[in-house]
Amino acid sequence: MSELLLQIDGREVTARSGATILEAAQSVGISIPTLCHHEKLEPHGGCRICSVEVDARGRTSVVAACLYPVEQDLVVRTRTSKLERIRKSLVEMMMAHAPDSEQLQALALEYGADSERFEKDASFCIHCGLCVRYCAEIKKKNAVGFIDRGPRKEICFIPEIASKECWECKECFPLCPTSALQAAFVLIKALSFPDSKE
Amino acid sequence: MTNDTIDQIIDKHQCEASSLIQILLDIQSENHWLPKEALERVSEKLNVPMSQIQHITTFYKSFSLVPRGRHEVHVCMGTACHVRGAQRVLDTVQEQIGIGPGETDVDLKYSLETVNCIGCCALGPVMVVDGEYHGNIAPAQIADTLKNYE
Repeated sequence: MSELLLQIDGREVTARSGATILEAAQSVGISIPTLCHHEKLEPHGGCRICSVEVDARGRTSVVAACLYPVEQDLVVRTRTSKLERIRKSLVEMMMAHAPDSEQLQALALEYGADSERFEKDASFCIHCGLCVRYCAEIKKKNAVGFIDRGPRKEICFIPEIASKECWECKECFPLCPTSALQAAFVLIKALSFPDSKE
Repeated sequence: MTNDTIDQIIDKHQCEASSLIQILLDIQSENHWLPKEALERVSEKLNVPMSQIQHITTFYKSFSLVPRGRHEVHVCMGTACHVRGAQRVLDTVQEQIGIGPGETDVDLKYSLETVNCIGCCALGPVMVVDGEYHGNIAPAQIADTLKNYE
């Protein structure tokens, strides 16, 4: 596996080819905020909070650090005023959905996001897909999935699978950056198998 | 819809998971909607998890998870049709078949949908029944047009 040399926030970093910017940054202790990333799962690039600026092939662009593979002589900046602005807006939009999420509140504090900027539409889910991907990729049970699209998109448990598998597992609960997942499960439990006991 | 018909459709697509959407579309056009049993059969045969099928079938508007009528009535509400009186057309259709947009009547004869543009603005206002275009339609003609569909 060949080693590549790149620059992150002015520091020289070596990374193996095929690694992402996020992995390269984490290996030298540069922190990039993430919400939908999980080291055991395939990169998803859903939340965009890990956006960084890269100079590659003669131009500067904003890319998702969790997806972008490292290149030789790549120049990456993880903290610029433009990125602060992007992350601030993202947090503000996500807070309209999940105002009580601790992770979002911490990010809001860091980036000076105004949690009241957008009208509250508390679905509590920010569509990070962690539960859906964990269930599909690690547990291979596919008990939870997305339904619908656009503003109506939400997570939904498949009752037939959930009633058999979820009682013993529940490993996706702590992954959720908001409390939406647990709420969705409690709801489907109440609606679908009211007689089952825990 | 019997399991045999579903199996035939699946076999026509060589039982390929990558043909999932085509298979679902075929079932939809044969049966007018996607019953849960059919989806379970597809899931089992193609080895595609139910969560993924649910994701796809709720994403696209052409799939229906509830029973649909034998005749699909679409009334275009796009800008060109709108200024030429699409609302009056829609009102008349609703009155004639007694259901609102997104609904299906009790006899499973008609389903009504509004669409936002079907790309033939010169014909506006347009009503489409089972893929047949009725352009320049006047509210007074609607009852006669709908009579042709049993």
